[in-house]
Amino acid sequence: MLTQRYEAPTTVADAVRLMQADPQATPLAGGTDLLVQYRVGLRRPSAFVDLKRIPGLVGITLDEVGMRLGAATSAAEVCEHGEARRLWPGLVEAVGLLGSTQIQGRGSVGGNLCNGSPAADTTCPLIVNRARAVIAGPQGERTVDVDGFTTGPHKTVLAPGEVLVALWVPRPAAGTGDAYLRLIPRSEMDIAAAGAAVSVTLDKGGTCTAARVAIAAVAPTALLVPAAAEALIGTKLDDAALVRAGEAASAAARSIGDKRGTAAYRRTVVGVLTRRAASIAAARARASH
Amino acid sequence: MSTIHVRTTVNGEPTEFLCEPAETLLDALRNRLGLTGTKEGCGTGDCGSCSVLLEGRLVPSCLVLAAEAIDREVLTVEGVAVGDALHPVQQAFLEQAALQCGICTPGLVVAAKSLLDRNTNPTEQEVRFWLAGNLCRCTGYDKIVRAVMDAAEVMRNETSEVRA
Amino acid sequence: MSAERTFEYIGTRPIRHDGLDKVTGRANYGADFTLPGMLHGHVLRSPHAHARIVSIDTSAAEATPGVKAVITGKDIPKTNAKLSLGEAAMELGPMGDNALAHDKALYEGHAVAAVAATSPEIAREAAEKIVVVYEVLKPVMTVDQALAPGATILHDDLVTKGKPLADAPKHTNVALRMELKRGDLEAGFAAADLIVERTFTTPMVHQGYIEPHACVARYGEDGQVLVWTTTQGHFIVRDASAGILGIDAAKVKVVPSEIGGGFGGKIPVYLEPLAIVLSRKAHRPVKMVMSRDDVFRASGPTSGTKVRMKIGAKKDGTLVAASASLYYEAGAYPGSPAGAGAMCVIAPYTIPNFMIEAYDIVVNRPKVAAYRAPGSPAAMFATESVIDEIAQKLGMDPIDLRLKNAAQEGDSAPYGPKYGPIGLKQVLEATKAHPHWKAPLGPNQGRGVACGFWFNAGLNSTATVSLSADGSATVVTGNPDIGGTRVAQAMMVSEELGIPVERVRPTVADTDSIGYNDLTGGSRVCYATGMAVIKAAQDARDQLCARAAKIWDVDPSCVAWERGRAIPLNGASDKEPLTVSALAAKMTATGGPIVGRGAVSAPMAGPGFATNICDIEVDKETGVSRVVRYTAIQDVGKAVHPSYVEGQMQGGAVQGIGWALNEEYIYDEAGHLENAGFLDYRMPVASDLPMIDTVLIEVANPLHPYGVRGVGEVPIVPPLAAVANAMAGATGVRFTDLPLSPPRVLKALSGA
Repeated sequence: MLTQRYEAPTTVADAVRLMQADPQATPLAGGTDLLVQYRVGLRRPSAFVDLKRIPGLVGITLDEVGMRLGAATSAAEVCEHGEARRLWPGLVEAVGLLGSTQIQGRGSVGGNLCNGSPAADTTCPLIVNRARAVIAGPQGERTVDVDGFTTGPHKTVLAPGEVLVALWVPRPAAGTGDAYLRLIPRSEMDIAAAGAAVSVTLDKGGTCTAARVAIAAVAPTALLVPAAAEALIGTKLDDAALVRAGEAASAAARSIGDKRGTAAYRRTVVGVLTRRAASIAAARARASH
Repeated sequence: MSTIHVRTTVNGEPTEFLCEPAETLLDALRNRLGLTGTKEGCGTGDCGSCSVLLEGRLVPSCLVLAAEAIDREVLTVEGVAVGDALHPVQQAFLEQAALQCGICTPGLVVAAKSLLDRNTNPTEQEVRFWLAGNLCRCTGYDKIVRAVMDAAEVMRNETSEVRA
Repeated sequence: MSAERTFEYIGTRPIRHDGLDKVTGRANYGADFTLPGMLHGHVLRSPHAHARIVSIDTSAAEATPGVKAVITGKDIPKTNAKLSLGEAAMELGPMGDNALAHDKALYEGHAVAAVAATSPEIAREAAEKIVVVYEVLKPVMTVDQALAPGATILHDDLVTKGKPLADAPKHTNVALRMELKRGDLEAGFAAADLIVERTFTTPMVHQGYIEPHACVARYGEDGQVLVWTTTQGHFIVRDASAGILGIDAAKVKVVPSEIGGGFGGKIPVYLEPLAIVLSRKAHRPVKMVMSRDDVFRASGPTSGTKVRMKIGAKKDGTLVAASASLYYEAGAYPGSPAGAGAMCVIAPYTIPNFMIEAYDIVVNRPKVAAYRAPGSPAAMFATESVIDEIAQKLGMDPIDLRLKNAAQEGDSAPYGPKYGPIGLKQVLEATKAHPHWKAPLGPNQGRGVACGFWFNAGLNSTATVSLSADGSATVVTGNPDIGGTRVAQAMMVSEELGIPVERVRPTVADTDSIGYNDLTGGSRVCYATGMAVIKAAQDARDQLCARAAKIWDVDPSCVAWERGRAIPLNGASDKEPLTVSALAAKMTATGGPIVGRGAVSAPMAGPGFATNICDIEVDKETGVSRVVRYTAIQDVGKAVHPSYVEGQMQGGAVQGIGWALNEEYIYDEAGHLENAGFLDYRMPVASDLPMIDTVLIEVANPLHPYGVRGVGEVPIVPPLAAVANAMAGATGVRFTDLPLSPPRVLKALSGA
């Protein structure tokens, strides 16, 4: 059956009510995944519930503790936010990788997360930046770590009736830098064959006091790799430490082979990307002191 | 199925049409409003032929629902030229021979206009990355990139003439 | 001959007449037509790569409200008719079976039924209700599988044409084996100081035109048929549709839309016969549009290939012997460009001893269509890679090695005839002299050079040139304008009549409104249709001279034409010259309308040669590569509109770069295409590329009054090897399998 209804609620409560009333309805943010899946017949929701007319679902607010990113905010709008780019250059660069200029005008970080692709470009940088997902549901609001939001390919923690309304990203500690790199065969317009996000915090002496590493497209979900972080913590982020982090990322990969790359290829390059992203993150961290 | 009444603005004109809930803006523009300048090359957001501006932002109209246009402003290729005056990008495409078959041209004109609306001094690399979502299979992009750079120069000169 | 002729219009760069409509969105392409009462068609396609159709139950679809007609293979007659074409004869039986399967689905996406309904959504939903019972058969996906002993056979009645090997099995997937040979191969290799032999593969790739196939058909109860369609040849659509359906071609009128790219892929008919039959059943016009998914799965890509290439050389670089075996996937029905590949494979070089064999092999993939210089790119990828390796092993400059063996006027082409004036040596010398060839390379960069060859077609064309009373003119031809041929035709009229290009209106007419024209393809339109245009313009010019004679009351021999004016010769020297406008104004009084007519059957246009220089940069840790500098050099005969000639060279180069680096059809073991979309069928995007520099060499073609030769196809031939040779330079590894995608490159570099 073709989709029968288009709804454009103007409050979160209305959106939740609509979702609760009809389990076959689906939220619509930028539509750059959903409408493709609809077109090819993979998804036939009963209704599209457009979230973009709800205040707070679109837009960015920044305060002394962190950034609240409306779940349906377009990637283009995120990329145009100078202060967000200064604080989280790796995250914002990752948002800038979401498809073409046209897709950027529609696609959102919240949608990228809810689509639940293991290759999503923004999930890993959100995870290394300790982002939390703000979820509205029939029982009110709850927040969960983005690490763990996706439970499998195209599966998330969202229960029936629940809607992702925002992402909250805490301000980075002093001396922190992040980076995200992905591998695609072309220069644009591809899905990552592998991706790596790194966040590192350096003390004034240049020693790494905290680190997080997450890798994309090499497991059923984005994967936090504590072993790669441990390879960085306590070091000066010298070449040897970066190489060890890369090796840990490769070792953690549980990749499969498909049309976008063989399993072995993905495992190898995720290590290269981790090493290079760690190097960029380190340079940013040093520069922030 | 409930048909939706859409009141919107297309190319500056208040416009109304009826559409189905799942109908795309691309289909509504082409089939309801007769604006066939916007083309479908893939229907999945991968080719850029259906590019339009929605609230001034470049979007793939194949991945926008027609109903989303309610109370919004849409600009299609048909609205890029003003009266007799072609947009500098359109003129540059003609002069640089930046089209062969021409099917990708409407999308490229809209995409390039949206770049030059923001930046009249783009580098070659900025032009290439901005247009990376607009596939052209005929030209190898060389003359397209040159045309956009030329149009940028024309627009810069126009601005400086106004200032002078 | 025209070598010294100076031109007023030819070689300039006027704005094309159809340009404004295209930059403003007004131009109408295939999917832009609508008719009152029009229905929408939808095709149900086979989910299996190879299956016998046991039964089809259309009752549920027919009972769906809004459905007006449902058809299956039973509605398309089986036929043995043929259509003759310059580059290949078209068998209409297989084309009809390809349009709608009769007994077997031969590839995933093969049409098995079609529905016409009041909306596209209803048509699609109704098509999904059609119940097809299949007996699934083992798919044959590669030439190796097709040739293996005991292979599944696609067509029980297939017999190998040409020169089958003596011990070839009778039951076969080989549709054709052909041979070309000269000299004494054994003695040739025995005399060689160095022999390089390698096997190369290229994947099935798609032309990638951005406009999907689309048409509208209206069948009248009197049997008159009207078709609006996007095609490279509306006369072919007329004759093929009429032939397949067994109706009189004179009852079919085909109106071509603007065409959004073709590159060879919009020559066959797919939707048109179905739309006609649906319209006949429904008594209403029917529109059909392919989705991008349909285009990838069920139009005509080009062959995946395997080529074994062996070349022997003397120490001084003289090539003495070559042998090649070419295996080309035809797709589901016979008709790959293997034969053309065999004719091209060593065409740039004079090699005294050779033996070339080519196999046309059916597999469970879509039936291939032409793709820009069909057959040549894969063949010359093999040759030019081996030549590069020979140069490397002999320590010779690769351009010098090619120059030493380059064919020139008077040499016999490997496929028979002697070459006329050809520009290969000039092209190679220009390549060597180009600053790109000597420029320093950066770290992780490599440079490759390669050569390309294409025949260029001639064939049939008709044109008329009509004058208006105000002295402007229209030029009418029957070739869809795929990349700027209309403006070139107007320029030819300007050149002959002295009318400014803006005052000549070029038009592509439907099948009722102009004489027969072969397709837009084979790089023939500017050359062959151009000849018809020039002839028509000269016919109009002669009529203008006759009118001047009449006005002056002198014998026609006393009038000549010069720079857009009739001028008096001896015996009429007291007369003032008369311009086109002056003569046109008196048209009615002097004898009525002036219409020039030209119809030609042009000979093959004289071959085109090109070279490309490619610089590539490789990330050796990931295998990702980028083309960082690129130069295309080509003998274009005479560039009528240089901008559009450059555009052909640039576009062809980039298609070739895509073929070399990332494009490929990826099938799973069951024969399902895994990347039927632009996301994972990776054509080059703007940010992948540098500017593509061009050098136009003009070695006049004596067959054409201006020296024009075809330019559209040879540009795609050199890039495959130019990129691979650059990759060899950058990495030290010689790659023989395309595409050079990052996983493949990294695997080779890591030796895994």
